[in-house]
Amino acid sequence: MFHNVFTQEQIEAAVLCLKTEIPFAIWETVYITVLATLLACVIGLPLGVLLVAGEKDGVRPLPANVLHLLNGFINLLRSVPFLILMIMVFPLSRLLIGTAVGTKATIVPLVVAAFPYVARLVEGDLRELDPNIIEAAQSMGASPWQIVSKVMVPECVPSLLNSFTIALTTILGYSAMSGIIGGGGLGKIAINYGYYRYQYLIMYAAVILLVILVQIFQSAGTKMAAKADKRLR
Amino acid sequence: MIEIRNLSKTFISGGLAVDALHDVNIRIEKGSIFGIIGQSGAGKSTLVRCINMLERPTSGDVYVDGQNLGNLSAAGLRAARRQIAMIFQQFNLLMQRDCLGNVCFPMELAGLPKARAVKKAKELLALVDLPDKAEAYPAQLSGGQKQRVAIARALATDPKVLLCDEATSALDPGTTLQILRLIRDINETLGITVVVITHQMSVVEEICDSVAILDGGRVVEQGPASVVLASPRSDAGKRLVFPGFTDRRVSLSDRDRRLRIIFRESSATSLPLVATMAREKGIIATVLEANTRRLSGDVYGTTLIGLQEADLYEAAKFLTSFENVSVEEVTDDVS
Repeated sequence: MFHNVFTQEQIEAAVLCLKTEIPFAIWETVYITVLATLLACVIGLPLGVLLVAGEKDGVRPLPANVLHLLNGFINLLRSVPFLILMIMVFPLSRLLIGTAVGTKATIVPLVVAAFPYVARLVEGDLRELDPNIIEAAQSMGASPWQIVSKVMVPECVPSLLNSFTIALTTILGYSAMSGIIGGGGLGKIAINYGYYRYQYLIMYAAVILLVILVQIFQSAGTKMAAKADKRLR
Repeated sequence: MIEIRNLSKTFISGGLAVDALHDVNIRIEKGSIFGIIGQSGAGKSTLVRCINMLERPTSGDVYVDGQNLGNLSAAGLRAARRQIAMIFQQFNLLMQRDCLGNVCFPMELAGLPKARAVKKAKELLALVDLPDKAEAYPAQLSGGQKQRVAIARALATDPKVLLCDEATSALDPGTTLQILRLIRDINETLGITVVVITHQMSVVEEICDSVAILDGGRVVEQGPASVVLASPRSDAGKRLVFPGFTDRRVSLSDRDRRLRIIFRESSATSLPLVATMAREKGIIATVLEANTRRLSGDVYGTTLIGLQEADLYEAAKFLTSFENVSVEEVTDDVS
């Protein structure tokens, strides 16, 4: 595998690729990941809130079967392997984006895969909140919506930021797989050059760049969460 | 002001019914400081949560200011709760908001304009003696300071009632005293009715006008603090007022009897009763235990004496001839 990695020819090809294709691939990866994470959070956050607030002892109990349905739906999506999910959501992608393949279209399966994950992360974060604080708000005459919007979510911001960071790095990993359905980005470069054309040097370069991206996102997220947390001062 | 009528609360846990409160009847006068005291598990916290319907009673009614809280709609109850503020053992401040934001919180819930809320919050922080902590976060404050912020927050909606759920149990004795004085000042200057839930005898002694003793979910005794605390009649009351239940530990010979002398007011506490009895009646008694306490500004004291069975009647007759002195025989088995 390694005997032809460092030949003159290979290095030249890799440098060329680094100059011409990789900058755009980085941009595509970042843009798809960030956009998909944002959308997943927009859908996942309210669902996570519903899972906690809608419980029997929650601030706004939902009918038991509605909650069961929601839980089942989330579990169902969470159990489909991403590779299969990408193909299963083709009809949805066509409906929403107009096409099932290409970079833009990969946002649909990424969001579908990530929002149930975000919902579960949010659920876990909200459950960590001291129930006495919710009780105190109730004793002041807070409505269920006020408890959600002014107590539960704001009090959990640091842990929510941590969770969103975890979701972001997971989606970054998934986005690399989307090369299969024609999605662009570092994942596509790694697969196309490394897997199909045996140009391992380019594959390694793409993987290293992915690692660096994860590091940057993770440390930025952790820093933001720590900065937002007023308990640590 | 607050009337609790025939209130019972049963929890169902794991298919078992647990009676947390049983037929509780309490009347709390407007402007008073009412103590509800009992040991852990007596049902104090459940009772205080029934007053603002955080816990729905299984049966019975709660009237606050003539309004039956059990009959209110969800929105009506939320409005009523703004009149019934509450402070807690663990303070329950919003950790991600600064002190000013915490005090503004109930006004925000009530829909008060921001500028007015901020102005009032600053006044309240000054009232609780923390004018310079507006921008501090709860994590930066000591326990006593946190409870002060919680008190300021509780006062934000001009409540008529302040419920204190073990509000000083997490504080050291010195800080406890400061917080209790603050609560008493608030009671006196703003005329707010205060309900204090506690297991600490010292808290009741310090501020309560009236007291109810809760044991096993029942009110076993209630009345003016000076009466109940000077001569508790119930076992639970005795356990609380005479910690360690000294009566049981004192060992005397089988033929000796014990009397508890109870004094009220300073005129009685200054009498040399035991010596007088020895001189005038020739009755010799041993002092087994004695103490005096100050209670809402009044002094009261108890002395436990041991004497011979033959002298018992004569001694009781002599002692009760003094004003503000009463006696009771202590008959618990001597171990």
